[in-house]
Amino acid sequence: MRWCWIDRFIEFEAGRSAKAVKVISLAEDYVHDYLPGYPLVPRCFVIEGLAQTAGLLVSQQFDFRLNVILAKIPRIVFFHEAFPGDVLTYVARAEFIRRDGALTSTQCLRGEELLAEGQIFFAIFEAGQQMPLFRRADFLHQLRMLRLFEVGRGPDGTPLPLPAELTEPV
Amino acid sequence: MPTREEIFQKVKTVLMEALAVDEDEVRPEATLVGDLGAESIDFLDIAFRLEKAFDIKIPRGELFPEDILTNDKYVQDGKLTPAGLEELRRRMPYTNLDQFAKNPAVQEFANFLTVEDICRFVERKLAAAQAAGTV
Repeated sequence: MRWCWIDRFIEFEAGRSAKAVKVISLAEDYVHDYLPGYPLVPRCFVIEGLAQTAGLLVSQQFDFRLNVILAKIPRIVFFHEAFPGDVLTYVARAEFIRRDGALTSTQCLRGEELLAEGQIFFAIFEAGQQMPLFRRADFLHQLRMLRLFEVGRGPDGTPLPLPAELTEPV
Repeated sequence: MPTREEIFQKVKTVLMEALAVDEDEVRPEATLVGDLGAESIDFLDIAFRLEKAFDIKIPRGELFPEDILTNDKYVQDGKLTPAGLEELRRRMPYTNLDQFAKNPAVQEFANFLTVEDICRFVERKLAAAQAAGTV
């Protein structure tokens, strides 16, 4: 199983904001497990989707070289649940991104309807040389599957280049 | 230069947002760790939010001197040495360390930092910035 809790990016403005979508299907096992007979998306997976959207927004600022770790959630509020058939939009906005940590504001929307909103704080570490979290080729492939480089734009509006760090031969 | 009360109100907002605590919990004498439940990662968050709220720069380790508390030069058997205490006093003039100095166990240190200390820290930073003509 791949730990993908977003399906693709639809907007990505480097250092500022990102939007990703997640389509919820009745065919996914996890919607049945939380409340048997009443399929819905457990809130922790909404948070994971928000964190992946926001975390990659932060990670891009360091050319995806550093480990960006969800450190804490200062605040999150849920107004509604998400159900199979829903198309969720995860919105992340950078409050600040620094070398050792980053704060993001996030929202989960279903169309115009606000399902949840909160803040996610990331700690940022030098990637371990001995035990990297991902193989570079796999990580690059995942970013491409998420279409990050198709929609990604730099501050001047030009397309985001592929990060050299991930494309160099090992 | 904002007044002490203005500084306290902004510090209160920062701590309410960073630590998800209620307004009435953020009293000047409340300790960040013991009373407000702050953990190490929270100090990074608090420092960033203070920077934004007051338009100041807080280098890492300035608000919470983890580099001293984890330095073998200053720590022996889990306690700060006299040299470590001296360094701490030099780096944290806004904190009253007298009580901590009686039993300077590193793991106890965070329990002594209060909301009032954060206010004094900000006050000093603002005064220094004003003196340097950057605010």
